[in-house]
Amino acid sequence: MDKVRADIEAATGDIRDGASVMIGGFGGSGAPIELIGALIERYRKTGSPGSLTVINNNAGNGAIGIAAMIDAGMVAKMVCSFPRSSDPRAFTERYLAGRIELELVPQGTLAERIRAAGAGIPAFYTPTSYGTQLAEGKPVAEFEGRHYVQERWLKADVALIKAELADRKGNLTYNKAARNFAPLMAMAAATTIVQARRIVEPGGIDPEHVVTPGIFVDRIVEVAEPKQEEVLLREGAKQ
Amino acid sequence: MSAKLSNAQIAWRAAQDIPDGAYVNLGIGFPEMVAKFKPEGREVVYHTENGILGFGEAPPAGQEDWDLINAGKKPVTLKPGAAFFHHADSFAMVRGGHLDVAILGAFEIAENGDLANWSTGPGSVPAVGGAMDLVHGAKRVAVITDHVTKDGRPKLVKKCSLPLTGVGCVTRVYTSLAVVDIVDKRFVLREKLPGMSLEELQGLTGAKLVVDGGVKDLIVPEV
Repeated sequence: MDKVRADIEAATGDIRDGASVMIGGFGGSGAPIELIGALIERYRKTGSPGSLTVINNNAGNGAIGIAAMIDAGMVAKMVCSFPRSSDPRAFTERYLAGRIELELVPQGTLAERIRAAGAGIPAFYTPTSYGTQLAEGKPVAEFEGRHYVQERWLKADVALIKAELADRKGNLTYNKAARNFAPLMAMAAATTIVQARRIVEPGGIDPEHVVTPGIFVDRIVEVAEPKQEEVLLREGAKQ
Repeated sequence: MSAKLSNAQIAWRAAQDIPDGAYVNLGIGFPEMVAKFKPEGREVVYHTENGILGFGEAPPAGQEDWDLINAGKKPVTLKPGAAFFHHADSFAMVRGGHLDVAILGAFEIAENGDLANWSTGPGSVPAVGGAMDLVHGAKRVAVITDHVTKDGRPKLVKKCSLPLTGVGCVTRVYTSLAVVDIVDKRFVLREKLPGMSLEELQGLTGAKLVVDGGVKDLIVPEV
């Protein structure tokens, strides 16, 4: 039951070409920079893992995190709600050149599709996007006089998550608003990989305070001094 | 009085209608300005889609915590009694009808309450964020906007020409010239600048302004 791995390479080394990868974070808040960095490093050395589908709220900023993955050429498709940022160059260039695919999903629908996958619910109805371009081709039904659009679950092979505390059984807490999509992605991915600022023994997190129960987590690595994406951006860093 | 309200004055007018005790979501950008003009003595709890209820002003420069941001990815602070939650809970608050007021920006508003505010059409990178969820969430969905576009075309129209954010979702529009409710798929004029005749205002509006009951003077202090 010890889910702790020795290092990031041991935790992420089996992510393959063509994998679908959920990455926690909303902008820089909750972005698992070190886990992403390990994938980029392996891709630069070996050419793998490439042709990835990346699921996140955004599509990267500057030359850090998901933007660096896109710049490296390892992302074939983004599934996101808002592919704009203060510096969206990496995604925008490739998108306008037709070199990256985009599936644009309203933010609440994106969250619920991920939650539904984690909860074993293949489809659900939402009022969001009814009558808009983003509902084209989707089944519509009427409930109590209002129209709703059918949306499907969104699964992934892997989730990469940044946590504050983890215990060895995989129970997690987060830092402030950094949790955003992470508890949902942890449920929806076949393999959930967590970087935690600190790993504690079982019992080291009060059960009343656990945000993500360990059943949703597969692998944990300690990253004691994680980088913060926004801070890196403001320093003009590249990854 | 000047010929039209400034953005700050539009925000001030919208803020006067937020009731004490309301849970409120303000859209990214211009709508965020509404918080500055919340009337004294009213308690308002602000929701941000990325997972905070009860956030406050920006921190002083140098004291930002970049894990504590709003939907516009700007740093915020917490009020006593704030709460964090994940994205599915956040949008349950939105779609589940738990918010009292959402205030959004607009490219176009149609007389039936259709809103276009997310895409200016092909040629750019499309980005929607939470706008399509928010328009179906709050009990009141208000829009703040200039009455006309930069080149003088009406933003209140019979039918939106740009891609829709939501169908029949807007309940009230605060513009630089007027306050307009949407009732039974019609624009009903509630307030207009005192210096402007109904005919002038109608000339700047792309659909019929219905007068149903009195029209008050839209009087806003210099802010």
